[in-house]
Amino acid sequence: MKRTRHNRHQSTHHWSATLRRMLSPRTWLARHAQVALDSLGRLYRNPLATLMTAAVIGIALAMPACLYLLLNNMDRLSGAWDGQAGVSVFLKDTLPVAAAGKLASRVRGWPEVAEVTLVTPEQALEEFRQRSGFADVLDTLDENPLPAVLLVLPAPEQSDPQSAANLQNKLQALPETEQAQLDLQWVQRLTAMLALAQRGVLLISALLALAVLLVVGNTIRLEIQGRREEIVVTRLIGATDGFIRRPFLYSGTWYGVIGALLAWLLVETGFWLLASPVRQLADLYQSSFQLQTLPVLLLFGLLAGGILLGLLGSWIAVGRHLGTIEPG
Amino acid sequence: MLARDPGFRPATSIRATNDFMIRFDNVSKRYPGGFEALNNISLELEDGAMAFVTGHSGAGKSTLLKLIALIERTTRGQVHVNGQNVTSISRRRIPFIRRRIGFIFQDHNLLFDRTVFDNVALPLVIAGYRHQETGRRVRAALDKLGLLSKERMYPITLSGGEQQRVGIARAVVNKPLLLLADEPTGNLDPALSLEIMELFEQFNEVGVTVLIASHDTGLLDQLGYPVITLDHGRLAGAGQQSA
Repeated sequence: MKRTRHNRHQSTHHWSATLRRMLSPRTWLARHAQVALDSLGRLYRNPLATLMTAAVIGIALAMPACLYLLLNNMDRLSGAWDGQAGVSVFLKDTLPVAAAGKLASRVRGWPEVAEVTLVTPEQALEEFRQRSGFADVLDTLDENPLPAVLLVLPAPEQSDPQSAANLQNKLQALPETEQAQLDLQWVQRLTAMLALAQRGVLLISALLALAVLLVVGNTIRLEIQGRREEIVVTRLIGATDGFIRRPFLYSGTWYGVIGALLAWLLVETGFWLLASPVRQLADLYQSSFQLQTLPVLLLFGLLAGGILLGLLGSWIAVGRHLGTIEPG
Repeated sequence: MLARDPGFRPATSIRATNDFMIRFDNVSKRYPGGFEALNNISLELEDGAMAFVTGHSGAGKSTLLKLIALIERTTRGQVHVNGQNVTSISRRRIPFIRRRIGFIFQDHNLLFDRTVFDNVALPLVIAGYRHQETGRRVRAALDKLGLLSKERMYPITLSGGEQQRVGIARAVVNKPLLLLADEPTGNLDPALSLEIMELFEQFNEVGVTVLIASHDTGLLDQLGYPVITLDHGRLAGAGQQSA
């Protein structure tokens, strides 16, 4: 054939040009950007369906985020008392104040004690009056019902629960003592409960992450079915698996991004609604405590989680369903 | 990252080692269920040739084309395309073989949710052409097929003949070495059929090898190209049809 040689020459030239074209990173980036925008446009053209899927993802992401933030806040609240593993020694109310002062300096000399603060009945009453809001009631009392209290802080190396308990026993054994109470106990219990709750949140998060995977997976599966014909045609004209896979992976990623933004909105709105009652409650307890939401970190975390789950969910769907669609 | 994407590899080593674009050596194709579509077919088609495959419905015309485009794989025998043995080529490399082949279907296989332009651009998008280059080539192909004024239209608004020409534009836009057409005139009237065939002749004239499956023997007699006749999956005859 007279055209054969020419044809082949053209073909070789064509391939080196093609190779150069394809290896250009600019082309590669442009292709990905275009597919990403294409996928976004596809979602935009079906706003209701997109929003519903994204809302499910958003709610599923918002729930663990809310629980985590609540726990985080409670942790902060309990953390304020951490380290104050003190023993409150309530002295017998028959004990004169001078004797209480002597006892305080005696206990201060113990090697396992770092610091002793004496709170006289008068001081205790004044503090109670200021803090509790019962000032009017206290004024009606004839005599001070409060005992003197020694606040005993153990030395730092003696502050583990066992040593603290030993110190408590030693203080309880003093003849002047009415009751020695380890202040740490309720903090420890609260901390233990918080740890349990954190484990629970982790478990719920794992379940909700699974739910997100299933939602994204199913949505992408439906999208693949809807575009079955397109997949067959593109395969017929030389599309690689990567080319066919790409728009679906981007769709899944976009679902994750939109879901994460919705989740962020939900959490911020929820905490905004809670902020005012929490402040009122804190005021009642004379506390300056405020709810914190860590907006930037939260947004970052939600986006990372959403993208990861969206990508993973679509990857699973694509892996399961694309391979079965072949021309024939 | 680039090297790992199969989209960036060259189309394997398509390089002619002989003068045949297509060579079948004792090829059989048995479908799952036992139907034997092709039985011991051996044939050769020269580089730059134009030929027809004919035969009754179910004779194996479509299967023959599908084996070349690797839509179906052979049960026995060897298939060479452009000098390369593609019989047991891996699934991952198939796309790169297909990019050198333009396939035209009886039912067009156009995508109805995108414009004529986007349909024709698809092979170039798949091959990773730049935007400007894609536009240039698509418009050249559309111009060649007289569809330039329809580029913004959707295929559903076009007539059957126009849809088929869009299908042809899509098949030739990537400058394939080989054009395969499965009953390209199946739904068209004789005048339109002849028009389509003349288009194929024009592509053949610039060096593209063309193989057309058709049961329209009247049309084949008119054109006078080599004809491969299949009968129940066997080769019934091959020869020059007289004009």
